[in-house]
Amino acid sequence: MLRYILIRILATIPVMVIVAAFVFLMLRLSPGDPASVIAGDYATAEDIARIREKLGLNEPILVQFVNWIGQLLRGDLGTSIFSNLPVTTLIGQRLEPTLLLTLTTILFTVIVAVPLGTLAAWKSGTLIDRFVMLFSVGGFSVPVFVLGYILIYVLAMTLKVLPVQGYRSPFEHGLGPFLWHMVLPTLTLSVIFIALIARMTRASVIEVLQEDYIRTARAKGQSEFTILLRHGLRNAAVPIVTVIGIGIALLIGGVVVTESVYNIPGLGRLVLDAVQSRDYPIIQGLILFFSFVYILINLLIDLSYPLFDPRIRY
Amino acid sequence: MTASADPVLDIRGLTVRLPEGADRAHAIEDVSFSVNRGEIVCVVGESGSGKSVTAFTVMGLIPRRELTPVAGEIMLEGDDLLKQRPRRLRQLRGERMAMIFQEPMTALNPVMKAGEQIGEMLEIHTSLRGEARKERVIRAMDEVGLPDPASMYDAYPHQLSGGQRQRIMIAMALSLEPALLIADEPTTALDVTTQARILDLMKDIQRRHGMGVMFITHDFGVVAEIADRVVVMQHGKVVEQGRAEDILQNPQHPYTRMLIGSVPGLVPPDRPLRGHGEPALSTIGLNKVYGSKGLFGTGRVVHAAKDVDLVVQRGETLGVVGESGSGKSTVARCIVRLVDPTDGEMTISGTDIARIGEGALRPHRRDIQIVFQDPYRSLNPRCTIGQSITEGPMNFGIGKAEATDRARELMRVVGLSPDALDRFPHQFSGGQRQRICIARALAMEPKVLIADEAVSALDVSVQAQVLDLLDDVREKFDLAMLFITHDLRVAAQICDRIMVMQHGVVVEQGRTRDIYMNPQHPYTEQLLLAAPGRDTTFLSAG
Repeated sequence: MLRYILIRILATIPVMVIVAAFVFLMLRLSPGDPASVIAGDYATAEDIARIREKLGLNEPILVQFVNWIGQLLRGDLGTSIFSNLPVTTLIGQRLEPTLLLTLTTILFTVIVAVPLGTLAAWKSGTLIDRFVMLFSVGGFSVPVFVLGYILIYVLAMTLKVLPVQGYRSPFEHGLGPFLWHMVLPTLTLSVIFIALIARMTRASVIEVLQEDYIRTARAKGQSEFTILLRHGLRNAAVPIVTVIGIGIALLIGGVVVTESVYNIPGLGRLVLDAVQSRDYPIIQGLILFFSFVYILINLLIDLSYPLFDPRIRY
Repeated sequence: MTASADPVLDIRGLTVRLPEGADRAHAIEDVSFSVNRGEIVCVVGESGSGKSVTAFTVMGLIPRRELTPVAGEIMLEGDDLLKQRPRRLRQLRGERMAMIFQEPMTALNPVMKAGEQIGEMLEIHTSLRGEARKERVIRAMDEVGLPDPASMYDAYPHQLSGGQRQRIMIAMALSLEPALLIADEPTTALDVTTQARILDLMKDIQRRHGMGVMFITHDFGVVAEIADRVVVMQHGKVVEQGRAEDILQNPQHPYTRMLIGSVPGLVPPDRPLRGHGEPALSTIGLNKVYGSKGLFGTGRVVHAAKDVDLVVQRGETLGVVGESGSGKSTVARCIVRLVDPTDGEMTISGTDIARIGEGALRPHRRDIQIVFQDPYRSLNPRCTIGQSITEGPMNFGIGKAEATDRARELMRVVGLSPDALDRFPHQFSGGQRQRICIARALAMEPKVLIADEAVSALDVSVQAQVLDLLDDVREKFDLAMLFITHDLRVAAQICDRIMVMQHGVVVEQGRTRDIYMNPQHPYTEQLLLAAPGRDTTFLSAG
């Protein structure tokens, strides 16, 4: 087990190097002088020279790469061109809202989607099943920004039961205001993941319910509900957990639209601001950060499999 | 055993309707029989006879939407099971009737500890909790002869052998001492020596607890071992029932007679060896090692076949006999080069093909053809059987018209209509499909035909026909046949010579009759002793 973890961690190194190389080349290989691209259309010659100096663009490309990797190894993701703050600091400042939004979304999603999918599987072929599947198709099809604005219009502007926008940190304002402001973004983000995970759960549980050991459990006189939970869901867990894990990873990197709609100062907004102002060090830092999180979560998912299925051993 | 007329289970006029569009209106029709306390009643029939539907209807485990009981009653100690509410039925399952199944691997929940799965029975039906429950489980495990039950309690099903898993199932079923035990082909998936031990265990426990057992099987050898009474079913109806000795020795209904007549005898016929000429196929020191070295050189290594020497001449059948894991299928796979042997020589018509590359091997591929165990999965469901049969020859440059002509001829050889070539596999029965597989192999004009458990998945009457067919084509095309089987009865009838394998090693080989009459190796002896029904002479035997 320990050996497996070690191997997996070592295996992330080449992946991260490839990502780093890609991120590095993205800026250097884009057409034209990166410094003038960064500086924008109305920059003066001095601006461009200043940026070029700052990014070390006057050095040979290999030297630049080695320098950059060296920086990364020291945990230095560079400095923002506009705010002059270290990228790590900027990411640190914006991490909390995104992580908490991811957390509330995934919790809500799992609480709704897993029972929904299990119910659909149990009642497979009936009206209940079809209704759940209809919702699922709908959930996939509605774009996040459309759903976001509809929810704001109905719940916040017309019914006035929830705030329109904004974020309250639970550490400063307490849990109540935090949750109050999280309801709409969580709802908006959850829909597509509920659709995804409910479908996955349904398919997985339907397959498990065909198995012989379900029949054995019935032959023991076990109740349908316990059969569903103890024998069904647990055996169906591995694919469901995988999708949930991928969901978490996608959420952390995929909250751009939602954070913009609800004006939440998280990583998504940082991405948007950085792209709009061509703040390349921030974009590079974020890509590296998201890749790292993705790899980490995948590792955690893999390590969780033996908890659900004793046949899987590392 | 004499059983007093004290029925635990009494089925009267039971009819179960099939959904519309099925090939017949009723899965079972007007089925009546009873199981008394202290007796074992074997329900015998081929696939589709309705024996399993009957069992599952008693347990209330049939999908009611598809299979609906429309007439009759099922009395379990005086309660009509068809009239019970679901809640009461759940209570009766486990407490007064219990069931064990054919495939103990899939019948146990793979993510639950074995002991807990037995404990679940007690959890549902008793107030035993915690340590008291665990103690009771361990006692039940002890009773079915599981070694070291205290530590096996925590084992998961995949860590146990097939026989141990079936013992877990039996312990589970018997933990509440039900009056009725239904066993659905409980030994069919097990090796013959394991089967013998499980049958002994079931007889022993049944005697001690005095319950009634409804034992479903297709195997008359097992019937001869275990049954007090026999119920024979065909096409959903009971065609004959009576005391086991009467049915086995003096069957009345033609179907019963046909079934019993199809059971291959354990005594090999006395005939001269049929092989002639140069060896068609031979191996010297064939080895196959599975498993790889792990990253740090700690991988698990399995020696699946060890120094196997064999020779098959044209015109003869060499049987390879052994239990699961004996390496018999590995040998077949190596010879066909579906897997590459680790080392050794493998000569076919004078060329060593053990190690030659795919290009050089290709012309020899035609010479060796194989027929697999499961005819349902060895034909591509999306291809017509004509396409399946002609694909091989056409790969070797034979024109479509010529290949089709040959396919038509081969269909006649295997006893099917040549006009059926444009049909799909699902339109054929299991036996017909196996005939198609044989035609497909023959289309390549092989010198060596390997039959890997080719009749094991077939009903006994169909099995006899396919065995006859294999023997016919061997003679007609002067084939060297390698016949791989776990079934000693089948091997006795078809093989000229026999090779017995255990743990990847050939422990004994020689003329079939010599080996059966005078086995030299203890393992061979053990196998022959374990063959169910060996003391019973069936009609056709001898």
